[in-house]
Amino acid sequence: MTTNNDNVLEVSDLRTYFHTEDGTVKAVDGVTFNLKRGETLGIVGESGSGKSVTNLSIVRLVPSPPGEIVSGEVKFGGQDLLKLSEAEVRRIRGRRIAMVFQDPMSSLNPFMKISRQLMETTQLHLGHTRAEAREHAVRMLDMVGIPEARERLDSYPHEFSGGMRQRVMIAMALSCEPELLIADEPTTALDVTIQAQILELIKTLKRVTGTSVILISHDLGVVAGMTDHLIVMYAGKVFEQAPTRALFATPGNPYTKGLLRSVPDPTDEQGKLYQIPGQPPDVAHLPPGCPFAPRCERAEEICHREFPPFVQLTAEHFSLCHFAEEVYEEAKGGNLMARPGDLTVRGRRS
Amino acid sequence: MNDDEPKSSPGPAKAEMSETTLGAPLSPSVAAPLDDAIIHTPPEVAVAEGDVRQVAEDGGYVAGTSLWRDAWRRLLKNKLAVFGLIVVLLVTIASILGPYVLKLTTGMTPDYIPGDAALIRSFPPFTAPDGSFSWTHPMGTDRQGRDLLARVLQGGQISLMVGFIATLMSLIIGVGYGAVAGYLGGRIDNLMMRLVDVLYAIPYIILVIVLLAMFKGQTPRAQLILLFIALGSVSWLTMARIVRGQVLSLKNQEFVLAARAIGVSTPRIIFRHIVPNTLGPVIVYATLTIPSVMLAEAFLSFLGFGVQPPLASWGSLVTDGIQNIGIFPWQLVCPGVTMALTLFSLNFLGDGLRDALDPRTRKF
Repeated sequence: MTTNNDNVLEVSDLRTYFHTEDGTVKAVDGVTFNLKRGETLGIVGESGSGKSVTNLSIVRLVPSPPGEIVSGEVKFGGQDLLKLSEAEVRRIRGRRIAMVFQDPMSSLNPFMKISRQLMETTQLHLGHTRAEAREHAVRMLDMVGIPEARERLDSYPHEFSGGMRQRVMIAMALSCEPELLIADEPTTALDVTIQAQILELIKTLKRVTGTSVILISHDLGVVAGMTDHLIVMYAGKVFEQAPTRALFATPGNPYTKGLLRSVPDPTDEQGKLYQIPGQPPDVAHLPPGCPFAPRCERAEEICHREFPPFVQLTAEHFSLCHFAEEVYEEAKGGNLMARPGDLTVRGRRS
Repeated sequence: MNDDEPKSSPGPAKAEMSETTLGAPLSPSVAAPLDDAIIHTPPEVAVAEGDVRQVAEDGGYVAGTSLWRDAWRRLLKNKLAVFGLIVVLLVTIASILGPYVLKLTTGMTPDYIPGDAALIRSFPPFTAPDGSFSWTHPMGTDRQGRDLLARVLQGGQISLMVGFIATLMSLIIGVGYGAVAGYLGGRIDNLMMRLVDVLYAIPYIILVIVLLAMFKGQTPRAQLILLFIALGSVSWLTMARIVRGQVLSLKNQEFVLAARAIGVSTPRIIFRHIVPNTLGPVIVYATLTIPSVMLAEAFLSFLGFGVQPPLASWGSLVTDGIQNIGIFPWQLVCPGVTMALTLFSLNFLGDGLRDALDPRTRKF
């Protein structure tokens, strides 16, 4: 991958390990990606695949101990975030990189009024006076679509519904006009109708403010319509990395393929839903070979023995597999058809 | 839907306002489309029905219904707690204003010893020197002929002050110490809490006695301050443990992570974000600390280490009274009953507060 100035974020060889009594858990193990200005990057994977830890590592919020960022580089605006002092990182958090978390029920402080929580960010980073911060807070609530923002400003979080709290979180995240917004499963805790609204909101605000977004999700449907690039993670490693369209159309990794096949297909009524066999591996005790090999349909002897190479398929398409090219050619041959837009994923015809 | 109207109509007004008052933080290139978005496009997208229906149906919302207000309502339902609250308030007001009122009505002050030698002896309540009924000494007099009511009220001042100030100290030291230890965790936590354990192991009464004995021979007032310090410096230990326990469970909550993610500094997270969340248990424990400290003070005064004459506290009055319990029972009964009433009122109040503030014991 080339380095150029369009990149907001360049993460290279990021490794975050957790030292537990059970051994060292390599939660993030050699993750590399770039994020271009104004683009949206999706990170998908099962629970425990290292999606969230990757992002917590970027802003250095990994709980330590037991977590430790062992190596890597996180270049943001020309600076390596991992080399900055705690105070310098604090000035970047919230101001230039903002985060939205999974559960809006618990990510707002129940004892603080919405107004104080919203105002804190801008008072901290933009040097607003109380009055300025308050006006700004009203405007932000307005922007995220909370009706009668001025009246609702002094409510407590428990007076808001889940969807509205997530809107408040988004307002908080965007109030300093960050260059990068990290949304960690922002819709997982919400019901489906609200999910769509929140995603639409993020999309709109992204267009309006020009913020780059990293969207973490385990829901392929969520990332399909939202992202420009996708990273598929498994056991702390990047398994596949490609433009969203390419990844849905021609996956070059058996794991991605499995994920795509696990999405229910509304047109196929009798079809049994595909399921990737087995369980995600114990990341503390990984086998020497490919971590997915025990669950992989096309695993051969080499997969259990040797760690797979990170194969470049096209200019922007990479896959971690011994048979990446074959899988890719197979997909290209039309065995698997998927469009990111409507997410109609059909199983392989045999 | 009634929320359609406010979000679409005030467009121009809002645009003006945001430009004049809030142009500053946004670079002009970004600000323009942002304003645009606020007024014209996103609300249709952003505000959808499911999100707002709840508000629309209620036809409004109660602004700022805080957890405190809920707790207050629950407290008022608890009769014993309300009784406790009223008694505590009455005793406090009486102690503060009482001596002045007495001076104006009966002319008695706590340290007034009558000049007439015939009056320097203890009279029962409501009794004049000649044995007839009188309002001059509603609680009688003590051995020196001093008005007992005035002394009880003034003793109340000191007893309550000891209770409140020692509790305040335990609040300041205990909450800060416990919160810091709990949040920082690891080795610092270990070190800080071991210190608490060590202090716990020393019997606190002995610590207080040693402290007071070391600085003996001061003026009564200086000794009183010493008593505050001595009691305050041992009463924070349990508070520190309680707060630390609370903080340990709070610091892993997502809102703390969210606060860190917007760049809030550690001290601010501890004291602005976490400590307010511990206030429920802290208030309850503080209310229960007041009577226990007052009791400790009474005990120390009883042993002769506490408040020195001419100042009086309930403890020292009881001590005086107990010497003549057979002949002049009112000298013991009057301060004793006042103290007991106050103490168990405080305990009722504390229990009521616990029920009101702790959602787990909440009764619906």
